[in-house]
Amino acid sequence: MSNSKSRIDVKKTYKLFIGGAFPRSESGRTYEVKDSKGNFVANPSLASRKDLRDAVVAARSAFGGWSSATAFNRGQILYRIAEIMEGRSAQFIDEIVALEGVTPTAAKKQVEEAIDLWVWYSGWCDKIGSIYGSTNAVSGSFYNFTIPDSLGVVAIFAPAKPSLLGLVHSLAPVLAGGNTAVVIASEKYPLSAITLSEALGTSDVPAGVVNILTGSAAELAPWAASHMDIDGIDASGLSSAQEKEIRIAGADNLKRISTFKDGASPQHVLAFMENKTVWHPIGV
Amino acid sequence: MTFEYSSAPESKAIVTIDPVYKLFIGGKFVAPKSGKTFTTVNPATEEVLAKIGYGEKADVDKAVKAAQEGLKVWSKMAPSERGKYLYRIARIMQERAREFAVLETIDNGKPIRETRDIDIPLSAAHFFYHAGWADKLEHAGLGSNPKPYGVVGQIIPWNFPLLMLAWKVAPALATGNTVVLKPAETTPLTALLFAQVCQQAELPAGVVNIVTGDGATGAAIVNHPGINKIAFTGSTDVGKLIARSVAGTGKGLTLELGGKGANIVFEDAPLDETVEGIINGIFFNQGHVCCAGSRLLVQENIQDELLEKLKRRMSQIRLGDPLDKNTDIGAINSREQLAKITELAMSGDTEGAERFSAPCTLPAKGFWYPPTFFTGVTQAHRIAREEIFGPVLSVISFRTPQEAIEKANNTPYGLSAGVWTDKGSRILWTAKHLRAGVIWANTFNKFDPASPFGGYKESGWGREGGRHGLAAYLKGAK
Repeated sequence: MSNSKSRIDVKKTYKLFIGGAFPRSESGRTYEVKDSKGNFVANPSLASRKDLRDAVVAARSAFGGWSSATAFNRGQILYRIAEIMEGRSAQFIDEIVALEGVTPTAAKKQVEEAIDLWVWYSGWCDKIGSIYGSTNAVSGSFYNFTIPDSLGVVAIFAPAKPSLLGLVHSLAPVLAGGNTAVVIASEKYPLSAITLSEALGTSDVPAGVVNILTGSAAELAPWAASHMDIDGIDASGLSSAQEKEIRIAGADNLKRISTFKDGASPQHVLAFMENKTVWHPIGV
Repeated sequence: MTFEYSSAPESKAIVTIDPVYKLFIGGKFVAPKSGKTFTTVNPATEEVLAKIGYGEKADVDKAVKAAQEGLKVWSKMAPSERGKYLYRIARIMQERAREFAVLETIDNGKPIRETRDIDIPLSAAHFFYHAGWADKLEHAGLGSNPKPYGVVGQIIPWNFPLLMLAWKVAPALATGNTVVLKPAETTPLTALLFAQVCQQAELPAGVVNIVTGDGATGAAIVNHPGINKIAFTGSTDVGKLIARSVAGTGKGLTLELGGKGANIVFEDAPLDETVEGIINGIFFNQGHVCCAGSRLLVQENIQDELLEKLKRRMSQIRLGDPLDKNTDIGAINSREQLAKITELAMSGDTEGAERFSAPCTLPAKGFWYPPTFFTGVTQAHRIAREEIFGPVLSVISFRTPQEAIEKANNTPYGLSAGVWTDKGSRILWTAKHLRAGVIWANTFNKFDPASPFGGYKESGWGREGGRHGLAAYLKGAK
């Protein structure tokens, strides 16, 4: 064993998270991430259009299983994410301090809020239908009811900062609604998203339910907007000019596109859910 | 010997059609600035019914200003008082129901049996239902202090002219918005009669404004900066166009678009009842229904028996004078629509599907298409993929429930679906797996103001009707 004083750190290769695996970008591209003082930190993957398409395939494959899992099961898995993140708190805090340049106290608060947000949305999984579904008193011999139903594959462009909390604000409600996600991480502060992918990989979240790409939101947003197998986009992290562009391109398959400026809300879950109304006959 | 029905025409005497109609702006009928008009015809006879004011940009602008003025009164009014105006409108529509039914049939071509029993009563019911919401919005689960958008632009289609007006205007008014509405070019008359109802109800000026015209009029509404939200019902292509126009403006948008509904028949379905449901699913309103059951998915082992019964039933359908109370199928709404239906059905022939058309005589004048189905349809055929919006059914078989779901969901649309089976658990299993906003079990084409209506995927954004439909007219609600 080597002497600890002279030991060389084992540095991590920062990779994408697609279909439960951690591949590099198929393009072989990386970009340089620096800390708040301008020092080199990492060379994460610069995801390509092809990586995005692969991530959508993974998300679509995972959608059937995730959307038909029981709400109780989904709630437990979201809670499990909180459990695993709690154990990695120190790593999240260190990375946020380094990249965002905030104080350790502020970083700690951000991480705690992010963990608690998973717990909050975990509890919504099996309640959203009770609160936002309905039985409808129609004139006729039918039992008529409306239930919120999962939308499908949602692309997420979360706010760049706070890098972890902003991402969880967008991701947790999408998962609570039974959707699968393709996340485009904050370009400048991607480590929170990468570390989150490692937490997700060990949190009972089925492969493909969350896919995380690092790289340029400006490069990937138009491809996501015109992708015909993406059903919704959380555009909270895009500029209003970018948002307009993706709304125009997203009209090709009438994507559900939302941006959120308020805090946690069941409305964020509902933004990526459909409503299904069933007329069931009554008779003997 | 054959038995024929004697004709049983509904009298036209109850309706007076004016030679010229103006726009309805700020509570008054006003001529369009340009003085231009267009005509509306009776599609069953091709007779010109009236000249209609052609609204342009300047008229839309005037209507928006009137709606902004109307908003000052309407938004300050106690919600319970707003509700009472809607109750008044519902009651007057009921009082004048026969007049509305006859006028709708003349202008649209649909049978009087449908306008009398469905379109008009449902329209009145929509106002009555939403009247009751006006003072209960804080209980609707849409926030504790829900706020209207302001001025709402509404563009409606020709297939259910008054009913689509009711679906749009009633919730918009109940939630405290004022509206600028454009009826379809080919069916403006009942909307203009509705304007008279607004006058009789003493609805404050500017709360409802009606600008008649064509696509350019609609575009002027969509692009007007004074409008805070657009609600559109029509084709998916136009819906996408509107979505692109509205992008980046901050305007709200809800869309009720096309469909290619699957009507799934399992082997244990009660076949005679099912045949009635198939007929209602595709031939109701000449098939001019966005949620029509236009793809019949039938389990393979009962296909022959079911189609025999369907043919027999189709041969009894009476097509003809829409004002005749015995008529099942009326006129196609316009020459353009007839051409579209004809072209798409011909693609069925050329792509190798086999056609059956009911043996009925088509009247010499007017626009008509016989009830038709195609067998030997593959999922790649245009008639299996594209919305025909006419009385043309594509029959596709399946073997297992899983295959039925695969085929039913194999479409960019997701508006409606039907399921026919004797087994309750199978109904709910099928409903769970269908990607559609409205699912009818052992019935089809049922509508109710309390029941949310709207589509998944490319069939639209948002819902109309029920508690969920209110969200379309309240800012920030989902």
